[in-house]
Amino acid sequence: MSTASLPDDLQLRERFNELKPPLAPQAAAIEADRCLYCFDAPCTAACPTHIDVPGFIKRIASGNLRGSAMRILDANILGSSCARVCPVDVLCEGACVMHRHHRQPIQIALLQRHAMDAFHASGEPVPRVSDAARNLRVACIGGGPASLSCAAELRRRDAQVAILERRALPGGLNTYGVAEYKLRAADSLREIDMIRRMGVEFRFGVSVDSAAAFERLESEFDFVFLGVGLGAMQRLGIPGEDLEGVMNALELIASYKTGHLREVHGTVVVVGAGNTAIDAANAARRLGAETVYLLYRRSESDMSAFDFEYEHAKQEGVQFLWRRQPLAVRRNADGRLSLDTVQVRQVDRALLAIPDSQYTISCDLLVPAIGQSPLTQLLQELRGVEVRDGRIVVEPVTGQTANPRYFAGGDCVNGGREVVDAVADGKRTALAILKTAEAAAHA
Amino acid sequence: MPDIRIRNFAGGIHSLNPFWLASAPPTNCGEQIMRAFDAGWGGAVWKTIGEPVTNVSSRYSSIDWQAQRIMGFNNIELISDRTVEDNLREMAEVKRRYPQNAVIASLMVASNRDTWHEIVARAEDAGADGLELNFGCPHGMSERGMGSAVGQVPEYTEMITGWVKEKAHTPVLVKLTPNISDIRMVARAAKRGGADGLSAINTINSITGIDLDTFVPRPDVDGKSSHGGYCGPAVKPIALNMVQQIMADPESALPLSGIGGIGTWRDAAEFILLGSGTVQVCTAVMHYGYRIVEDMIEGLENWMRSKGFATIEEFCGLSVNRVAEWKHLNLNYKIVARIDEQKCIGCDLCHIACWDGAHQCIHLDRVSGPVDGHVELHPTPAQKEVETRASLAFTPVTRKERIMDPAVHGPYPTPLERIPRVDETECVGCNLCSLVCPVDNCITMVRVENGLAPETWEERTRGQTCAVQPQSSIG
Repeated sequence: MSTASLPDDLQLRERFNELKPPLAPQAAAIEADRCLYCFDAPCTAACPTHIDVPGFIKRIASGNLRGSAMRILDANILGSSCARVCPVDVLCEGACVMHRHHRQPIQIALLQRHAMDAFHASGEPVPRVSDAARNLRVACIGGGPASLSCAAELRRRDAQVAILERRALPGGLNTYGVAEYKLRAADSLREIDMIRRMGVEFRFGVSVDSAAAFERLESEFDFVFLGVGLGAMQRLGIPGEDLEGVMNALELIASYKTGHLREVHGTVVVVGAGNTAIDAANAARRLGAETVYLLYRRSESDMSAFDFEYEHAKQEGVQFLWRRQPLAVRRNADGRLSLDTVQVRQVDRALLAIPDSQYTISCDLLVPAIGQSPLTQLLQELRGVEVRDGRIVVEPVTGQTANPRYFAGGDCVNGGREVVDAVADGKRTALAILKTAEAAAHA
Repeated sequence: MPDIRIRNFAGGIHSLNPFWLASAPPTNCGEQIMRAFDAGWGGAVWKTIGEPVTNVSSRYSSIDWQAQRIMGFNNIELISDRTVEDNLREMAEVKRRYPQNAVIASLMVASNRDTWHEIVARAEDAGADGLELNFGCPHGMSERGMGSAVGQVPEYTEMITGWVKEKAHTPVLVKLTPNISDIRMVARAAKRGGADGLSAINTINSITGIDLDTFVPRPDVDGKSSHGGYCGPAVKPIALNMVQQIMADPESALPLSGIGGIGTWRDAAEFILLGSGTVQVCTAVMHYGYRIVEDMIEGLENWMRSKGFATIEEFCGLSVNRVAEWKHLNLNYKIVARIDEQKCIGCDLCHIACWDGAHQCIHLDRVSGPVDGHVELHPTPAQKEVETRASLAFTPVTRKERIMDPAVHGPYPTPLERIPRVDETECVGCNLCSLVCPVDNCITMVRVENGLAPETWEERTRGQTCAVQPQSSIG
């Protein structure tokens, strides 16, 4: 397997046309000129990877697109996908001083995409940061954003790096888990191909799931980076959830993005109110579902999805059922599902069923979306790597675990944040690994 | 409503308002000028009439400023490429149909007494209300001994002005080139030659830019360019200075038609305050069309009404004497920058501008504690940036994290650590911070009473024979 693109799927493209189309060159120049070029800019501080936002924007304004892309890539090797998937309302664009100037914030994400698209179109390689021959070998377990970032940073500084991925394609959630109207799987793969061309080795279909496997790794590599993300979707814990017609949100998203799920009909119920639940509900609408309910046991004000995601779901026609809990799911003779639910009320953090409030929803697909469980089983195999509450414990600035040869970053450390957080972890950790290796060499 | 009519300008030109079209493509033919008069223009200076020329293509180029087109404009077009007969026949028709509008004939012919006498007579026969002698065109015509080749030599200017005055019955304006070290030298020559008025300024020699793919400067004429005449908004400050120089010099001062980057009533008011009796417009019309005159008229009238001016004459020249030589400025006048914390948006452009471009007295130390004094006591901007780059930031994924956004804390809309502070003991009152601040009235320059009586450089050094210790200076 390789980082080659998925075949172009016209139906997928049409149904999941981009939410935010790219800026035309002149529109980008005009928008770039609007940037005030703040000193020590709040947008840069708000970005977990601290991209020099005014710096790359002014390069767009001057027509130095290559320099702009370099400025982005120096801080964030996944600048292309982050431009598409970052919740910029709560990051760079949320921090833009234009809000206090009673103006629209600068469209940082679209400008970043403009520079990165031009770079990818040029086909240019990412230049090395140093060209000192370095005898350092690092394995990155998991092919998601944290590992990609760590591997790329190390490779730019001439380490030998291999990414070990259990699936057929690299990218983790970037390839399999982001709504297609935000980031197309093909664009994720294009970005990863850029990293492959830097000389990062990819090994697919590799599961590192035993002590023996880790021992083999330790003999081949000097350091191991754990970018394993989170595990399977959490289960609802209700009767009937293994029936046909129940498909968790990540499975649904991965299936349609890879062309395996092309149509959905009738009524779909998504359980949960996070960003992934919203992505799944919107996807169900776009795949053809007539009615999509998003069912959440708490209230609107408790939902963890970003405000703009909630607004978007409403525009897509998703209907929300608040303070309703699923009890059981059954399969009827006609092949449809019956989901028994009950209205609940919240007393402090506890949820109490309201008497005589049960009702049954007939649906064709039930989509649990109540978060991912940590990969505890795997993590416990790792001797000397401390795991607390299902998360790997690291030193925040270096990403180093209790075992000095093991580093970690991304969702398996932070419990599930954004792509840009994983990229930041990977970058910081790569630099820490280099430092540790240099210290060891001088010892 | 105030009366903005112009009466007896330069000894006899009348127009409905002070807004004239300059001699340029917008006044190429009678049809255009009549449409301009319909739109509201008070007068028009006809595109320079003389022996018809052959023009090149292309002819214009410009400089954009950020998203705004045509901050500066450049042309290598020559005078009219139409015959004298065509131009004058149409001029007669315009004058017949628009008797209340001023029609000025711009003239340029070979430097020969009889030739000038002839063209003056023909233009006046066609009904011109006045004549404008084009001694300013900086390109092409100057290579043939006309235009700025005349205007750059005071003796020629005086001589040809004199020839024209021998024949002319209508007011004669001399249009001055700025491509000379001191415009007053030519203005004085025109006045000695008997000119009734002046027009200033003509375009400035320029190369607007070079195509970075072909390496050919713009405008490109088959792989070569030629220096052109620069105009548009960018040249206004240069024009204002020259107008002021002329109007403050008794040997130069004459009724003056101000030209150079005028596109709005505000620009026009500034030229009039420096002594222009009328103003001429070209680039703004080439950009937007004749219709811009509507707002110029209304805006000027509304401004005059708000200031209590009933006529143009009441404010014409009011600012001429507000420009003095540097040695007459009060050295003891002291102002400092004040930042309105309620208005500050935290861009911190004033901080970096002051540190890198001024006197290192705007600091980001409201949280760490104010420190007044010299630069060594403060962290440098680079140290601030390193601190930010080293900080850990993460996406606030839960509502609780989002509510803890630091921006919502503190007494002001902007977090305190991003609101700069002025060290008034070090502030020299240079204005730079207030110029870079994107928010209106956020940084104001406030007078500080220092108890010192006004004193100028001349007063301070009176009686001294050599230079004394200089004050702090921006060199």
